[in-house]
This record gives sequence, C-alpha cells and structure tokens, in this order.
Amino acid sequence: MPDEEQIPIWFFIGGILVVYGVLILGWGIYELISPPPPEARVALYELRADIWWGAVMIAFGSFYCLRFRPGRGSAASASSSESTGAAQP
Amino acid sequence: MSSFALFAASRAPLISMGRLDVLIIVIYFVVVLGIGFYLKKYVSTGDDFFMAGRKMTAWIAGLSFISANLSSLETMGWSAMAYQYGMLGAHAYWSGAIPAILFLAIVMMPFYYICRTHSVPGYLKLRYGTSTSSLAGISFAMLTILVSGASMFAMAKILHLLLGWNMNVSIWVASLTVALYVSLGGLVSAVFNEVLQYFLIWFGSLLIPILGLIDAGGWSGMVEKIQRNVPVIHPTVAAANFTSLWRNLGSFEANPMGIDWFGIIFGLGLAVGFGYWCTDFLQVQRVIVAKDLRSAQNGTIIGAVLKMLVPIIVTLPGLLGLAVLVHSDGSPMVLVSEADPRANITHHTYNDVLPLLMGKYLGPGLLGLGVTAMIAGFMSGMAGNASAFATVWTYDVYRTLIRRNASDEHYLWMGRWCSLVGILMSVGTAYALFYFSNILEFLLVLIFFFIVPLFGVVILGMLWKRATPTGAFVGFLTAIIVSMSMWFFVHTFPEGHRPHPSVSLDSGAVARVEKTGEGDAEVIQRLIVESGTVRTVNVPVEAGGVSRTSGETTLAETLALPSSVIENGRSAEVRLLAPDVVLADTNQPDKFGLEGVPVTLAPGVRLVASDVVQKFNPAEFNTAHTKYIARSEKAKPVAVNLYSAAWTLLICVTVIVGVSLFTEPKPESELHNLVIGLTPIPDAGPCPWYKDPRLWATLVLIALVALNWIFW
Repeated sequence: MPDEEQIPIWFFIGGILVVYGVLILGWGIYELISPPPPEARVALYELRADIWWGAVMIAFGSFYCLRFRPGRGSAASASSSESTGAAQP
Repeated sequence: MSSFALFAASRAPLISMGRLDVLIIVIYFVVVLGIGFYLKKYVSTGDDFFMAGRKMTAWIAGLSFISANLSSLETMGWSAMAYQYGMLGAHAYWSGAIPAILFLAIVMMPFYYICRTHSVPGYLKLRYGTSTSSLAGISFAMLTILVSGASMFAMAKILHLLLGWNMNVSIWVASLTVALYVSLGGLVSAVFNEVLQYFLIWFGSLLIPILGLIDAGGWSGMVEKIQRNVPVIHPTVAAANFTSLWRNLGSFEANPMGIDWFGIIFGLGLAVGFGYWCTDFLQVQRVIVAKDLRSAQNGTIIGAVLKMLVPIIVTLPGLLGLAVLVHSDGSPMVLVSEADPRANITHHTYNDVLPLLMGKYLGPGLLGLGVTAMIAGFMSGMAGNASAFATVWTYDVYRTLIRRNASDEHYLWMGRWCSLVGILMSVGTAYALFYFSNILEFLLVLIFFFIVPLFGVVILGMLWKRATPTGAFVGFLTAIIVSMSMWFFVHTFPEGHRPHPSVSLDSGAVARVEKTGEGDAEVIQRLIVESGTVRTVNVPVEAGGVSRTSGETTLAETLALPSSVIENGRSAEVRLLAPDVVLADTNQPDKFGLEGVPVTLAPGVRLVASDVVQKFNPAEFNTAHTKYIARSEKAKPVAVNLYSAAWTLLICVTVIVGVSLFTEPKPESELHNLVIGLTPIPDAGPCPWYKDPRLWATLVLIALVALNWIFW
C-alpha cells in the first residue's frame, strides 16, 4: 500500500449526503416558491418533508465532512480511528 | 357466484421519476466508480484485495456486516412479508438474527479470528482437511454466482416494473459498474460501497415510516386501521392479531404465517439464524478482516444493534401498507401474492408495498434518493457476492486444488479476474432466469438448506475436539442430501396433483366485458371472447354434446365455460387470466385477472383444452407429506421450510457425532487455535469496561428481551 494517507470512508459518505441534501432542500424551496398543482402533490405535501429532510442530510453530511476531512493530520486521524473506526477499512 | 372487483390497472410504471431523481441516481454511479478508481492504488497485495488488509475498525466491520445482508431484496421482501404476515415478519430480525449474531461475536469469532483464516471453507480446511473444505468451497462459489445473478435479475425486473426501465440496460449498467469497482478495489471497494449503501438506505427509507405514522395517526391509529382493514385484505386470517410477535404462535392455524412457536425458535432462531449468520462466508468475511479480535467482536455486536433497528424501515412500512394504502373511496387496497391470478394484472403484489408507499409519500428528489437506495442495495449485494466468490475461488479452490505455490501477485491477478468473470457468470445466470424465473425461489430454498448443514459442521468443529474429518464430510453431505430429499418429498404428489382450473386468453384475443359499477367499484359479470385463442386447464368443456377436459378445436357454435369446477368434492372457482386482450367495444388493449367469472366463447374461437395431473410440483406443497416434516397439515410453506431446516441441523449433528465416534480424530497438536479448550485467547491489552464485548452483548440481549416483551 502506498504511504499516502487514505481518505476516510466517512468523508465520502458525508460528501454524498451534503450533495443530496442540497439538491433535495433546493427543490423543496423551489416548490415553496412555485408549488406544483394539487393533483401532482404527494400525500402530506404540506409537511414539506423535502425541506427538513434535506436540511437533516446537509447537517449530518457536513459533520462527517468536517470531522473526517482529508489532511486533518495523521495524529487526529489515528485518534479518530481508535474511537470511531474512521481511518480506513 | 362471485367475482372480484376490477381495479383500474395502469400500464404505466408504478413510480414516475423526474430529472432531479435521475440526477441523484447518476451521482451515485459516478461516486461508486470514483471510489473504485481511487482505492485501486491502495490494493497491491492479495491480503489487501481479499481481506481489505485486515485493517477494518469495529464500526466499519459492523456496518459492512449488516449492509452485506441489507439488500433491496431484503427491504422489499420483508416489507412484503410484514404486509402478508404482520409483526411476525420481525421474527426474521429479532429471533432469526440477533441471538445468532451475538453467538458469533462471543463464541465463534475467537476461533475464526485466531486461526487467521480468510474464509469459512478456509477454517474447515484447517480443522478437517481438504475434502470438507473443497465441498464447502465449490458449493459456496457456485452459490455466490447464482445468488448474484438472482439479485441482478430481481433488480432488473423490479426497475422495469417500477420505473419502466429496459431490463437489459439495468443488468449491464449495474453489472459493469460492480465488476469495475470490485476488480479495482477488491473487498475494500465492496466494503466502502456497503457502508455508503447503509447510509443511503436509511436516509432513503426512514421518511416512509415517519410520514406513514403521521398519516395513520400514530402507532395506535395504525393498529386501529390494521384491525379494520385486515378482514378485507386477508379474509382467511381475519381474526389474527397482526401486530403481535408471540401471541398467535400457539397453533398453526391461529396466525397468518401458518407456523407455531417451536418452528420459530428451532427452525428460524436456531437452524436458519445460526446457519446464516455464523457460517455464511459473505457475512463472516466482513468481520474476520477487522484489525484485531476485539474490533471483530465489537463490530459484530454493532452489527447486532444495527440489525435490531432494521424493522423500523422494513417491518413498519409493511404494517403501514395494511393501514394507509387505500383507494379513493377509502376502501383498503388489496395487494396479492405473485401466484395470484390477478398479480401484476389488476392488482399490485405484496412486493409492491414499499414502492407504493414511496410513490405515495416521496416527492421529487426524495423519490430519487429512495430509488438510489434500492439500486445501491442490489449493487452492493452483487459486489458482496463477487468479492466472496473471488476469495473462495482463489484461496479455497484454485490455490488448494489447482495451483498451490504461486506468487502473491499471481493470486491477486486471479482475484481481479475472478471478480470480472464472476460478474459475467452472474449476468449469464440473470439471463437464464428470464426463461426459468421460478428457479429463483427454489434456488433460495437450496441455499437455505446448504447453509444449515454448514453450521452443524463448523460448530461441532469448534466445540468438540473429537469431531473427525470423516464424520464432518459424511455429516455435511448426508445433511445436504437429506434436506434436498425433504424438499422433494413435500412437493411430491403420488396420487397426482391437479393444478387449479384456469382459463387464459392468448395475446391479441378480442373480448367483450359485461360489468356493473364504476371506478373502484367496477365488477365484471361476464366475459365474452369474440375471437382469438383460449386455453383451459382442468376445466370440463361441453362441446358437440361431449364433455371433455382436453383437446383442440375451433368452435362452430357458442360455448359457455363454467365459472366453478368440483375438484375432490370441493368447488373451485375457475381463474381467468387475460394479460393482453383487445376490448371489442373500444378496440383498446386491456388486461384482467379474475376468479369465478362466467366466460362465453363465440363461434370461431380456437379452444385448446388440457387436463393436467402432476406427480411433482415445486410450487405446491403436499399437505399429506408436510405433516411429517412440520407436525401439522395446517403448516404453511414458511413453516415447512423452517421445520425442514431444524431437521437438517439435527441430522447433520447426529451423523457427525455418530461417525466421529467410530473414526480417527485429528491429533490435538493439529487442533490448536481451532477448537475450544485448545485455543488460548490472546491478551489484547488493557480494555476499558466500555469496550468489553461481553458487556455490550449482554446489553443487546436485554434490549432484545425488552422488544419481545413490548411486542409480545
């Protein structure tokens, strides 16, 4: 294996959750401004699940991205590996 | 005379997706391929490729362990089970998995880990020698290919039914993606994607039970609605309690699964649960590659906790399906089994319960996330099987039987090509299933019966040093043969089995429908076939003054087919299948699946009548035989399979013990680190109390008891 530090899997997970969260939240806000016709709405549309679920995904993903971002330092990485199993599979 | 309401059945896909949903799916494919290319540079030895460098930490091991099992077949299948059997579906998790996973963590993991094996057949080779190990290795390699192909076929079929996607495109895009990332990154890549998939499945699925419970008025509202709807949805078990785990298990006829507590505990909990979770290499591989024994044990226990939570996104949606899936007039939507004549014609099936809920609650973006989770589940299932195939083939078949002393580079090269070849063979299996689709269910049963004997062999090997190589081989082979024999026995009909009487209209037949009511209340009273070909099975036909059940003729005069037939002294309603007909009134295509509706054939219609009697039918159970396996004629298929598994384990253990007592055991010097009493547990250094696997296993066990108490 090369000596170069491997990017933790949690960073990839955080990244994809942030991207998905932004897309879903963005669409929710767009629908808030420009609502679809009633016949095109899903059940419980009024709860705006896409907005708060998108926000939850962004929050969750951001935490993982920041906590396990590449170049955080081998010491921090080793410590996080011990406590959360994050460094590498 | 009765007839079913004809519900409007659209030819459009079940779910319709927008551009945002497609974008979310595309992003997923880009990410998994990117991860595969990124990880390639970290895989330079056989240990990296097959065992992920043995560096996985507890959390990754645990997530991967559960994720390898949490495929889309599982989420869709067990949601369907919950719709069909109610809370009993949760037994697959709380009785069939958690005790076995804890046993694996505390009792079996030290042996797997300390002997530094790379696979379960690898352990068998060390413990018993080449014969048992090769039998397990070759069988397992074949099964991984078949299961991967079955997963691929199921994915393509489901994506076609749900989204209208072309099946060939689905199979090739998914398989090439999996082949690429597994051959590049090996087990590391498979594990990365499994962990990613786990998060996607939860984020893509958790909204359904949340929104469903809000819609149903909370748990009590859901229970009330289920009690109201069950008599309509499941009239044969209208009195059963669909929200309890154990209350209905006193007798076979008191619950929708047709099983009793004995079958759940010994068939599901002991034989199948322990067989699957403790010896299925696909699962065990995920945790034996952890960085140390404590991580392997804690990873397994983390897996148990995660598994205990899965009913939230699997069982609960199935129950919600009984409560909230209703027609516009408020009547419950009735889903049917795949074997029902109305399935996929006029009615959705049990397997559609999760996609129906997705379509009901998830808007743009969220729907794409849900579908991505489904695709990710299928693909990680394929990847898991491909990486397991590469390991078992390279180490347990190729290195053991074909080329013993090649270099590590050679085995790494073999592993990469095996992953590609394995996926291509899986594609071949998937295409074979296009033509023999009901092989799928038999295949699953055979796997079921292969894994159970394997557990008997492994557990005796670990716990009893007197178990001999001859005893293990004879016991393993005998148990496989006996389990298959039991399967043949319950599907054999010495007196002959007559399939249900049915009438089917060939594609392009022209028919006229007499009906009453409108919309959801529409009921077909009579079907008049004006032209085309009609095929009957076991329906007596009065033509030309002669009554017969077989023959081929073009009708010269009008013929009325009966709506019911007397079979074995009981009246059986004739099934009518018309998957692709043209309506005479409108000249529009339509489809029906009905029972007990009179059919009239006009002059000129071609009639092909058959009288079928079968001695063997793998889709039907002979109750005169099942009572010897499952103790009751009332036992349903699930119960028969679980009882068969319990018998298989008992026979396996009995034969191994019997033969071992009369054959030569291996000397103790060869059993170090393989058998209890001869395996010193290495000191893993000081361990704070909160990292002790036994503490966490006890807490999980207490939580399990509490869950069973709450949902008793």
